[in-house]
Parts: sequence; C-alpha cells; structure tokens
Amino acid sequence: MSPSVDVMTFALWIAFGAVAIAQIMAMIRLVIGPGTGDRILALDTMVVNAIGLVVLLGIAQGTAIYFEVALIIAMLGFVSTVAYARFVLRGDIIE
Amino acid sequence: MTWEIVANYAVAFCLIVGAAFSLIGSIGLLKFNDAMTRLHAPTKVGTVGIGALLLAAMIHSYVIGEGVLHETLIMAFLFVTAPISANFMAKVNLHRRDCDMPPAPNKDDTWSTLDVPEADRDLAPQSER
Repeated sequence: MSPSVDVMTFALWIAFGAVAIAQIMAMIRLVIGPGTGDRILALDTMVVNAIGLVVLLGIAQGTAIYFEVALIIAMLGFVSTVAYARFVLRGDIIE
Repeated sequence: MTWEIVANYAVAFCLIVGAAFSLIGSIGLLKFNDAMTRLHAPTKVGTVGIGALLLAAMIHSYVIGEGVLHETLIMAFLFVTAPISANFMAKVNLHRRDCDMPPAPNKDDTWSTLDVPEADRDLAPQSER
C-alpha cells in the first residue's frame, strides 16, 4: 500500500461525507422551502448529489458498472425537473 | 510506477474539489434568503462539483487498469441541461411571484405596428407621416 493510495482513500471518505451532508442540506430545503420553485430546485440538487454518490460508490468499489446508473439518473432528473416546472407553469405537462 | 502515484494524487485532488463544490452549492441553497438567489448556488456550483467527481472517476478507471472515458457523456449531458432546468425554475419563480418582479414596461401605442413613433416623426420619409 503506497501512501498515494492512502491519500486517495482518505479523500474518497471525505468526499462521501461532504456529498452526504450536501444531500441532507438539500433535503432540509425540500422540507422548509417556502415556494414551489425552491422545492423543485431542492429536488434537482438532490438528483445531482445522488449522481455524485453513485459515482463515488463506483470509485470505492473499483468497478465501471455504475456508469449506466449515473447516466439514467441524470436523464430522469432533467426530465422530471422540466416536467415539474411545466406543470406549475402551464397546468399540464403534455398539451 | 510513478505515473500511478501522480494519478492517485490527481484523483484525490479532483475528489476534494468536487466534494467541496457540491457542499458549497448546498450550503448556498440552504442559507440564501431569496428564491432567485437560491437558484444560483446549486445550479452553477453543483454542476462543477459533479464534473470534478466524474473526472476523478475517469482518472481512477485508468489507475485500476481498464481506462474508459464514458463519464464524459454524463458530464456533457449535465453541463448542457443544467442551464435549461435553471431557466425553467426561474420561470416558475416569476410565475408564482416568489421574487421581486421586473418593472412594468412603458406604454407604447406604436410598437409592432406600421405607425411611426412620436419621437421619430421628423426622421420618417414624407410618405409615412
């Protein structure tokens, strides 16, 4: 075990903790958010942080199988954000 | 192998940068006190954070032996779609009146018509007066 691997493992755990705290903060904003726009923004942030956690899990386990998971979460997150915003703006998603 | 040591340090640097940006974006989302100000923090900062994390994943895949650049696809997708979703959320804020509204435009009877505005009557050709 060379010291560079130790540094990388340490940075990986730091990153896990930081992104998890960021996810919890976005969750708090989702609960307390005064407006609809804040709640949509908190959900979008939570999707982005979930992609980050999946990518970090892929680094920790040393596999590439989480690539498809992250890509599909990214696509679903964008589509759901736009669908929420369109529902608020137009009262309907597909007119 | 010396390049593996450098790559490990690069992975550690990208991980710290990405995690710090994600955390700062969420702190901004929680701490700011205006809907439009809150919109700024996660949509710009969080995108850079996730980009750094994906860069770390790419470098790490080269360190462990099976190097792939597939994560560039996620990075490009997020970088393209983040401004679009931010624009939609800003439109939601304007629609719900959750922010300071822009001032109403001045009344203009000649906009988008064939009439020449009052101030430009002197400049217009004789036939259009």
